Amino acid sequence: MNGDHHVILRVVAKALIPIISVFGFFVHFHGEYSPGGGFQAGVILAVAIILYSLIFGIAPCMRAITPGFARTVAAFGLFLYAAVGFWALAMGGNFLYYDALFREAPGGHLGQHVGIIVIELGVLAAVAGSMVAIYYAFAGRVSEIRDEDW
Amino acid sequence: MTGFEGANFAIELLNVTLLGILFIVAIAIARLRSLFAIVMLSGIYSLISATWFVALDAVDVAFTEAAVGAGISTALFLAAMVLTSRTAKAEKGAMKILPLLVVVATGAVLIYATIDLPGFGDAMSAANTGVGMEYIERSKTEIAIPNVVTSVLGSYRGFDTLGEVAVVFSAGLAVVLLLGFGERSLGATVRREDRAEPKTKEGEGE
Amino acid sequence: MLEFILERGNYWAIIGLMMIGLYICFAATNLIKRLIGLGLFQTSIVLFYVSLSRVDGGTAPILFGADWKKAKGYGEESHGGDHAADASASAYDSAHAYTSGGLENVYSNPLPHVLMLTAIVVGVATLAVGLATIVRIREAYGTVETDEIREMDLDVAIAEAADEAEETQAANGTV
Repeated sequence: MNGDHHVILRVVAKALIPIISVFGFFVHFHGEYSPGGGFQAGVILAVAIILYSLIFGIAPCMRAITPGFARTVAAFGLFLYAAVGFWALAMGGNFLYYDALFREAPGGHLGQHVGIIVIELGVLAAVAGSMVAIYYAFAGRVSEIRDEDW
Repeated sequence: MTGFEGANFAIELLNVTLLGILFIVAIAIARLRSLFAIVMLSGIYSLISATWFVALDAVDVAFTEAAVGAGISTALFLAAMVLTSRTAKAEKGAMKILPLLVVVATGAVLIYATIDLPGFGDAMSAANTGVGMEYIERSKTEIAIPNVVTSVLGSYRGFDTLGEVAVVFSAGLAVVLLLGFGERSLGATVRREDRAEPKTKEGEGE
Repeated sequence: MLEFILERGNYWAIIGLMMIGLYICFAATNLIKRLIGLGLFQTSIVLFYVSLSRVDGGTAPILFGADWKKAKGYGEESHGGDHAADASASAYDSAHAYTSGGLENVYSNPLPHVLMLTAIVVGVATLAVGLATIVRIREAYGTVETDEIREMDLDVAIAEAADEAEETQAANGTV
């Protein structure tokens, strides 16, 4: 990135990346009312990070979001999902039985809503973290093909 | 997609057009040798199939396919391509004919099997009368969220989804174990540099 | 006859796409191209499932209009909190009886959508594992063409066999 020949790309990306991230969170938290959910949101957030690393270089991106952090987020997501299951177990229901989360009377939906949002958060973290970790693993390898060969 | 005359015809037209484009792209992928072109075409294939998913009422699947197929997997293919090769060798001689025979035979068997399948859009088929429709009817009283796909994904089949998340996580772990921790990994280099001198200038890894 | 073909034309087209993917898997010697063929195959399986789940005149499985309003009204009522246990249970029963009578709108089957949605994400994760393996193969062999890899393996095996034969010969000679 020494010359100026990527300047348009960089300016556009600077404007786009925050919008992509916000859209990812919109897709996540609006997933109960419209198409979307944790899987899609996780992928969109990962795409925002990958776009940043494609345009500004992989090294600054790795300083901002370290590979270790990405792996930790992935593990945390899976943990969060399973934790909801055990929460339901602790409250006397079956594994992942959300109605038991708050011991509601029949017809109450708070447990379902909280359970779904939390497990979707787990999915979001696991998918985004895994995808970024996978991308880092590939992009971090020292390539044998130079830019000029393309 | 309900309510006005001609909607079915429009959808049929959309089906035929999109399928035609899918066929063209797939045959182009089979014939091309430049891996860059192949990867880009596979991204296009994903986008077009996502469009078709919308026509088939599967909006969530379309969303996922567009984000994953055209976004992540294209980026992964490009990243892997940089590390491997840029052109594929042309298939030669027997390697062209023999697979064709196998593929035609398999296709013929599968098409023979479709005779017993329910028709396209049949509301009374076995797939559409079972538990899937039950979910739609019960979701609003039991879960009370409008997107039935989310309620099935998160609640009715939450255990499945836990397994899927575990698979995604372990796949990420497998890739990191295969590629990430070695001395050739850039992550290790960046970490080492940061430790050596905390304030490094930008864009060093170029 | 025409109706029969129209009803199944979709499946046949999808099988055609699937077979193109299979052909790429078989015929390509380049491992990356093989994985792309596998991706085509996977996408066509997703298309097949989603085709099966479509209902004529249906729409995406997101409750809307009258269906959703009724559910919402019911939900607010039940969140009043001062219901006795059996009262809310009976409300639940009546609501359920009401809904199972039928919905205002026709929806497509959501179950295959859920299965395929997760399958796509898992597919890209396993694809990444495949690509990682290919990168390691490239580093070990210097190529990703299967026929070249096979030749190299064969050469190594022949050389090893020759070495072994030499060693046993030498051992026999000295003893």
